[in-house]
Amino acid sequence: MSLTASPLQSLLRSRALAALTSPHGVDRYLEQVNPMWAAHEVRARVVSVRRETVGVDTAPVATLTLQPTATWGGHRAGQYVQVGVDLPGSAKRFTRCFSISSAASAPGEQFTLTIRAHDEGQVSSFLVAQAQPGQMIHLSQAMGDFTLTESPATPTINHLVMISGGSGITPVMSMVRTLLRDGYDGRANRKVTFLHYARSPEDQIFAEELAEIAAGDNHVDVHLRYGDRVFSEFELRRLVPDFRDVDTWACGPGGLIELVHAAYGVDVGSAQGSRLRVEFFKPPMTVSGPAEGQVSFSRSGAGAANTGASLLEQAEALGLEPEFGCRMGICFSCTKTKTEGTVRNVVTGAESSLPDEDIQICVSAPVGDCVVDL
Amino acid sequence: MTITQDPTATATATATATTATTEARVPGDDQLRRLTTEQLDAFGAEMDAIRQRVLGQLGQEDADYIRKVVKAQRGFEVAGRALFYLPPAWPLAVAALSVSKILDNMEIGHNVMHGQYDWLGDPGLNSRMYDWDNVCPGEQWKYSHNYIHHTFTNILGKDRDIGYGVLRMDSDQKWHPYYLGNPVYALLLMVFFEWGVAMHDLEVENIVSGKRSLEDNKAIYPGLMRKIKRQALKDYVLFPALTGPLFPLTFAGNATANLIRNIWAFNIIFCGHFPAGVATFSEEECENESRGHWYYRQLLGSANITGGKLFHVMTGNLSHQIEHHLFPDLPARRYPEIAEEVREICDRYGIGYNEGPLGQQLLSVAKKICRFALPDKKSDLVPSFLRKPAAGTVTETSLAA
Repeated sequence: MSLTASPLQSLLRSRALAALTSPHGVDRYLEQVNPMWAAHEVRARVVSVRRETVGVDTAPVATLTLQPTATWGGHRAGQYVQVGVDLPGSAKRFTRCFSISSAASAPGEQFTLTIRAHDEGQVSSFLVAQAQPGQMIHLSQAMGDFTLTESPATPTINHLVMISGGSGITPVMSMVRTLLRDGYDGRANRKVTFLHYARSPEDQIFAEELAEIAAGDNHVDVHLRYGDRVFSEFELRRLVPDFRDVDTWACGPGGLIELVHAAYGVDVGSAQGSRLRVEFFKPPMTVSGPAEGQVSFSRSGAGAANTGASLLEQAEALGLEPEFGCRMGICFSCTKTKTEGTVRNVVTGAESSLPDEDIQICVSAPVGDCVVDL
Repeated sequence: MTITQDPTATATATATATTATTEARVPGDDQLRRLTTEQLDAFGAEMDAIRQRVLGQLGQEDADYIRKVVKAQRGFEVAGRALFYLPPAWPLAVAALSVSKILDNMEIGHNVMHGQYDWLGDPGLNSRMYDWDNVCPGEQWKYSHNYIHHTFTNILGKDRDIGYGVLRMDSDQKWHPYYLGNPVYALLLMVFFEWGVAMHDLEVENIVSGKRSLEDNKAIYPGLMRKIKRQALKDYVLFPALTGPLFPLTFAGNATANLIRNIWAFNIIFCGHFPAGVATFSEEECENESRGHWYYRQLLGSANITGGKLFHVMTGNLSHQIEHHLFPDLPARRYPEIAEEVREICDRYGIGYNEGPLGQQLLSVAKKICRFALPDKKSDLVPSFLRKPAAGTVTETSLAA
């Protein structure tokens, strides 16, 4: 039994029911009856787990199909979602962000996450290796602006470029799938150039589907590159001569994203106004100029010379264990108060010198002396 | 440090020993023994070791336990609300709702808001998110309780939980004819305990004494009023209205459940803080205090109530107030196992470990409330020629009478 009927949903979200269930809220009661019942929160049940790669040299990848609660608002192709998992044993809930790999979903509709089990990633390892159908997970609504702006149902002459590396293929795959699903007669309805970099053919996620897309009459050109072949502006120019004037989506590790930025002639964190949209797993750690000054963590008394890395990494290097989540400036788990000094947001490049300011230490690097209450 | 001992057990009604040294005093059976700085450090290290070990053990069992309690609480609450539709089941409905409110406020609310389960990472059991089913906004309680009370436990002039700014619970609180009403104030505080807890943050006694201005309270009013309105709307308007013609019965039932919770919580908390033998400290004694002295102060400033497993759950494990004061952020379900170790350590250091059954602790608290209604110097009330020299056994009953 699921709570999908919309009159029921509006009743559950009504002020009357909120008043009756104050101060805990409706969801704290519904969850006791059925974990799939919710008025505000989003949760999901794992429907199936499919192995994508076994991971001979690299970490294995699996695709999880999720049935969300009726509260799921759907997603646009390219968005990600925060996934919270209560890890067995420690019983601690860890929250990480994963891109959605299936085509755009409507409210309450099933969707898929395609996840690589990183060695150090407790959440990804659990989801890939241990999660079984029936497993409940906690979700946010879909988030992120790295989305397909084109309506697949409307044919245009706009050329689209997708560039991805490793498991950065997931949001891009969601876009291509959306274009092919919603386009006319299984076609993308415009020319799409899809350039992907993987370590090896064995490590290629979605290999079969990509081969089908490449072979099909659908306007999508698929170019797969393996091993040492890194992204080059030369190669992109050969495939798409006017690429700087073409809407481009790029997703992958920080190194790839930096190369793509250079090719498009824009600085990291200032791509606004260009045709390039990017998403990365870890922020590119570009230190502008030499790192100077002293970093101090006032609560623990630890301190060291500024290395230019994020405050989270510098704290960890000093043996501290601050709380963190996404490590990419999304989830706000790591927010701490900076009491003195200037920090630069490594994602946006913005600098800030306000005293007693709450900052996300995972994406904040000190500029000169800096004191954080940690 | 002031230790008030049971006058029936010792020759003096109160043994006052205020020292300004770093050395602390320990109540013995008939004399006070000093604990050296080294002993305090060693004692503190043993407490730290317990804390570290338990922190390392936290896991699935603790998570399962607190979720089980939450499930039970929600069950009692829904059952209680539903049973009001059956007028003959009214006592049952009140009982279920009382149990729900007690579990919510004590084993869940108090402990979750202490951050005991923050490590779970579950927003539903997080100290920053949780709010309890009574009129005191959790946000305001956390400041006065977690910070002021648990940091400055039983330091006179700092810990506002000593007598809650209303009662005189210690001989070092200067007597005033106002305190003749001590037993009446205590009775009122018990009946309206949730309101007392909510108003506590307004620091009325500090406003009266001029230490705080009404202006300082302005920031507190909106949150307080919001919470009061929500609680009143739920318990005294909406749920009674939902039972239609049974409105008065449901209204009375909800009020009774709140009253039962008030009486229970008041008594458990007073038995944890104010039985005879519990010590208070002066600000001078606690200046630059060591970790060991902090633990020592926590230990002497609290008392336990003995009882069965269900009793401990219903008190939110605050029947182990000693362990709670020592380790306020460890999950309370761990206190019974920790208590055995703490008791053994106290034995070795010769530190008194104050525990007793509910009836005994209640009686002791009641005596204290009555005794401190009167001035300490018996001469103030009793002419000197009537006092027996040396014996000094002015009994509780004669004073309270």
